[in-house]
Amino acid sequence: MSLLAISDLTVRFGEAKAVSGLSMQVEPGEIVAVTGESGSGKSMTALAIMGLLPKAARADGRIELDGQELLSLPEPELCKMRGRAMGMVFQEPMTALNPVQTIRDQVAETILVHGAGSRAEARTRAAEMLDRVGLPQDRFPLNRYPHQLSGGQRQRVVIAMAIALRPRLLIADEPTTALDVTTQARILDLLKGLVDEFGMGLVMITHDLAVVSDMADRIVVMRHGEVMEQGPTARIIAERRHPYTRALFEASDHAVDLPPAPPPGPMLELRDVVRDYRLPRRKLFEPARHMRAVDGVSLTINRGERVGLVGESGCGKSTLTRAILGLEEVQGGSITLDGEPVFTGHRPNLSARRKMQVVFQDPYGSFNPRHRVGRLITEPFHLLPSPPKGADRDRAIARALSDVGLTPADADRYIHEFSGGQRQRIAIARALIIEPELIVFDEAVSALDVSVRAQILDLIADLCRKRPLGYLFISHDLSVVRSVTDRVLVMKSGRIVEEGRTETVFDSPAHPYTRTLIEAAPRLPDLDRSAAHAT
Amino acid sequence: MLRYALKRLLSLVVSLIVASIVIFAVIEVIPGDPAALILGVNARPDTLAALRTEMGLDQPLPLRYADWVWGMLRGDFGTSITYKTPVAEMVADRIWVSLPLAIYALCLSTLIAFPAGIYAAARRGRAGDLGVMGATQLGVAVPNFWFAMILVLIFAINLRWFPSGGFPGWDEGFWKAMKALTLPAIALALPQAAILARVMRSSLLDMLDEDFIRTARAKGLSRRQALWRHAVRNALIPVLTIIGLQFAFLLAGGIIIEQVFFLPGLGRLIFQAISARDLIVVESVVMLLVFVVIVVNFAVDLAYAAVDPRLRTGR
Repeated sequence: MSLLAISDLTVRFGEAKAVSGLSMQVEPGEIVAVTGESGSGKSMTALAIMGLLPKAARADGRIELDGQELLSLPEPELCKMRGRAMGMVFQEPMTALNPVQTIRDQVAETILVHGAGSRAEARTRAAEMLDRVGLPQDRFPLNRYPHQLSGGQRQRVVIAMAIALRPRLLIADEPTTALDVTTQARILDLLKGLVDEFGMGLVMITHDLAVVSDMADRIVVMRHGEVMEQGPTARIIAERRHPYTRALFEASDHAVDLPPAPPPGPMLELRDVVRDYRLPRRKLFEPARHMRAVDGVSLTINRGERVGLVGESGCGKSTLTRAILGLEEVQGGSITLDGEPVFTGHRPNLSARRKMQVVFQDPYGSFNPRHRVGRLITEPFHLLPSPPKGADRDRAIARALSDVGLTPADADRYIHEFSGGQRQRIAIARALIIEPELIVFDEAVSALDVSVRAQILDLIADLCRKRPLGYLFISHDLSVVRSVTDRVLVMKSGRIVEEGRTETVFDSPAHPYTRTLIEAAPRLPDLDRSAAHAT
Repeated sequence: MLRYALKRLLSLVVSLIVASIVIFAVIEVIPGDPAALILGVNARPDTLAALRTEMGLDQPLPLRYADWVWGMLRGDFGTSITYKTPVAEMVADRIWVSLPLAIYALCLSTLIAFPAGIYAAARRGRAGDLGVMGATQLGVAVPNFWFAMILVLIFAINLRWFPSGGFPGWDEGFWKAMKALTLPAIALALPQAAILARVMRSSLLDMLDEDFIRTARAKGLSRRQALWRHAVRNALIPVLTIIGLQFAFLLAGGIIIEQVFFLPGLGRLIFQAISARDLIVVESVVMLLVFVVIVVNFAVDLAYAAVDPRLRTGR
């Protein structure tokens, strides 16, 4: 008998089906990955197993855990199973913990709420569990609060809570999506180790095919609430029988056809840039303390050059970006664009500013919802000494929208009428409209599904073919940086630790930190080789 | 925690200094010479000048400010122009009515609001929630003096459980004094409780949508357990803010209720002083109220830190 057997599960919101006719099994000690793009119903499947679906949802079918049917179980019985027979780990470690309780109390609560021990026993067990997930007491005192821990450490606490009673089934919903690559690798190792040690079944919900092929014994590929294909990982990757599976893998491994870079000529130059932040005083009359976020960075971006910047959160890449864009003043060194400083006196220098534009990560948050697209994308016009008006303005809007694959008619629509991928196109149109020499892409494709991401990357390559376009592409995703840049910079603790041609850096990294990053990044197996192997 | 408290204390002192300067300046700017007010319109110029010298009104402003502050620090608030009695004495009589009344009303309002807000949040959208929300709507809309009159009608005139007005003083015994304050406290508390219950409910509902509630449910907590153990404490911050604001209002804003129940409170004192242009009394009472409000805010700040560990260790 399987540990978890789902047959013909359907989740409805009114008439709409979020999941339809899903069937799958999980054996003890097995890792099953449920994968697919946003809206595929993978998270709803996880919530249906836990019995934590939103109120408006209705689930039909059968979900059996160790032979016990869950869907028909009354709520009090389900409460007894959650945390004891099945545990769950969520995507956002930053918000998944109660901010006003210590980590020990939150882990101990799992034990206490199921009456599995006295308060003292629960606390001892909590300490053991925290130690097991890599938070030993001597370095992480048990009375820490969540805000005193990093994202990866918080995710370890959530895992400790979920496994405190050694449930038979663990569900992890995008457990590492919000984390850095090296942290991700450690958390995935931890999960794998726990599955082996406890003989748990693990249902892993993730959109990241590289993680899937690294971890899972079996894969379930979902789309629009339906299962496209499922089977052993090796076979699915080798055969990719279903066209959607094939499309997903190709999009994940998308190689962009970049035109050759124009001959070098310096455009953006940074010399020994230093950015300090003031820290609050710890004592009343102590001299102010500073945190050096960017520490003596020098770099050059040539005209029409495509440069990548990689590094983990907190390494200073966002601070550096803000300094380059002239949004914040630096405390040392110089930043010039075409020989002009981006900051003069204590104000941004507009004539340098208008040669740069930026595209941000979040396609949902970076637009004013009350303006039409035409107004949104012409915002950079305020940087120009004499912005185009009337017919010229309309022509500029039409050209920018057509350049990114939209139609001029879209100028009259509002931003909520567009999908995430289309919004990112609009963000690019907004950056292009004043024909800047440099565009900064700040994690610009990180929030997108793989297939949409592939389209946006193609669009960027396409724009490079039409006219010389230099950009700084900031991302934590090494595979994307590899495909769209000529040169790459690796940043750690405010310094550039390595730079060089993208191929060279990725194939033979010189700095140990670059090696760590590349090794930690989950990789898709070589698709051609695994296909050849299968036949 | 200690550093946080000291910081708040420092900001308390600064606020008091700023407030005293503002109050002093405003009273100075208001037209009307206190000496002329005392002597009336037909006073002879030399008498007026003599009185001005006697009252210290011919001294430079900074010196008079320093005198005023030093006096208050020693408990000397000056002498009322209309009643010719020390202001300190008048205020001391009144504060022993207003302060207990405000605390009594605040306790009642919290005791009503917390269960009502939590009950409504736990039953979001169901009959219980709608009932509580309807009642609070009514509580917010109906003025407190109307409640006061209804309470007098039922509990004082018909049932004769409580006196209909007046205050016997604390010398007559604790229970007797409390009995006299009960109906006014209820009348003051009801509208405040209605506001507080609505804040409690909406703050709780925000918390119930947080990720950590889902985490708690995945651990096996029932809906109710998750609400009590994880949502309530997190929901307290906005509620504490409102409680702080309400206390300030209850202390001085109870003037209509004091009028309805014939209570000799601060509200009535300040109303009479303004009518009589007794600026010395106004100045002192306003400064006293500001002092109490700032101290209450300090207490609220400490309560924040007790509830939320991020404030203790943060900056």
